Amino acid sequence: MADILRPTPRPTDLTAPYWHAANEGILSMQHCRHCGQWQFFPRAFCTHCTSDDVIWQKTTGLGKIYTFTINRKAANAYMKERLPYAVAIIQLDEGPRMMANIVNSDLSKIAIDARVQVCFERMDEDISLPQFELVA
Amino acid sequence: MKQTLSRSVAIGGVAESDLGKVPGKTALELQAQAAIAALRDAGLQLPDVDAVFAHTDDRFSSLQVAEYLGITPRYVDSSNVGGMSNIMHIGHAMAAIAAGMCSVALVTYGSTQLSDGSRKSGAVAQDSPSTPRGQFILPYGQLSPIGYYAMVAQLHQHRYGTTPKDLAEIALAARLWAQLNPKAYRREPSSLDEIMSSPLVADPLRTRDCCLVTDGGGALVIVSADRAKDLRSKPVYVHGIAESFAHHYTPFNTGDWLDTQVAQTAQAAFDMAGVARDDIDVVQIYDHFTIGVLQSLEELGFCRRGEGGAFVADGALGPGGRFPINTSGGGLSYGHPGMFGVFLVIEAVRQLRQECGQRQLPKAELALCHAPGLVFSCNTTMILGV
Repeated sequence: MADILRPTPRPTDLTAPYWHAANEGILSMQHCRHCGQWQFFPRAFCTHCTSDDVIWQKTTGLGKIYTFTINRKAANAYMKERLPYAVAIIQLDEGPRMMANIVNSDLSKIAIDARVQVCFERMDEDISLPQFELVA
Repeated sequence: MKQTLSRSVAIGGVAESDLGKVPGKTALELQAQAAIAALRDAGLQLPDVDAVFAHTDDRFSSLQVAEYLGITPRYVDSSNVGGMSNIMHIGHAMAAIAAGMCSVALVTYGSTQLSDGSRKSGAVAQDSPSTPRGQFILPYGQLSPIGYYAMVAQLHQHRYGTTPKDLAEIALAARLWAQLNPKAYRREPSSLDEIMSSPLVADPLRTRDCCLVTDGGGALVIVSADRAKDLRSKPVYVHGIAESFAHHYTPFNTGDWLDTQVAQTAQAAFDMAGVARDDIDVVQIYDHFTIGVLQSLEELGFCRRGEGGAFVADGALGPGGRFPINTSGGGLSYGHPGMFGVFLVIEAVRQLRQECGQRQLPKAELALCHAPGLVFSCNTTMILGV
């Protein structure tokens, strides 16, 4: 039941490299070879210079918390089991921002600008979800 | 919009449908009820209407509403950009009227979300798991929209030292206004302590930092300035209106979450109207969450960035306060049927017509309405005057 209720990503041809990398424990993002911009989420073109010369590149998986909240109500039945849980906007050292839960961490230590590193949560046999934890 | 269109259209009729908890009626029925009442307010009849703006309840809402009302308009618009949609529709109606595409526009909204229980889970996972939202947002269980605004509040507290009491001031002011409005849904006495001790939903926001969940509908009748002179009610003219758009539900590229293009939108509306902030008597700001009001006050330029907490202190926003706003009681205490834009306009028009009884502001010649859509995804500012 819980598995059914958890929204699980369904990769497309375009986003498959992101999820393939995640399955190997790597946070990969698009980088434009024409203008040098990183971008997230993935597109077939660069939103900065309109070039289609965008390639997948491994990130350091390191960043800081731009902002966050602790959810005291669950967005779906699956997340109810995890209450309370942290949702954050991560600013990667490379520049792009993404959303993640802050896991394996003391909720009271979560703060804006705190350093975080990527980790991965197995959702099912195909999907490993990028998450973040506080850097000790 | 260009300055020559300032005062080219007027809001000639406004009305709410039944409000609060309305079991046994559909959102479409509420829209029709409000539409008929707004037409009567204007002294117009259904055959006068030649444009319909409606954005909820159906993917083809404007057609649905037109069919239900038994009219065959020559212009429709079902654009949905969240809570501000009905204000945006006024701008679109202004452009369409100027282009000769219509002359009497009906703007409607209705929702039965309280009776349906449709917001109770706090998240609506309507996207396919392949969309950007489906892949990169929904797996993380973010409450939406409250989780996003909680993140804004967190940022505001971190950067400026804003406190839970500052936010509670906004909720309390709304309740004090609601006590002066017989149509408001929540009118019982409250206090800062009660608000600050309500349950946390998404830190730092508590249940009392959040708008109500109610049923209800509203409608506006927009006509050309020429036509406005013959109406039953005192026309309220659109002096300025502007809008801007940034993202959907995946705001990864939105730079500073405390600088969301509102200043630029507001300035465009002021420029079109040819007025300044100090000229405004009536302020209606979308209060989905207390932090949204604080942020809007700062971004609109009514106070300096970071000084919102001091600006709203000591009952400033409430009856008799230094800067009275949201005189209906707002989304926080009057009612919030999902998208509040139309209700901001209804209250502004009633203030400008001096129809607000106990909550009437002493001077009400120029009003400002401001609203965002989705999760600070877009925003609109409109200036109205008699």
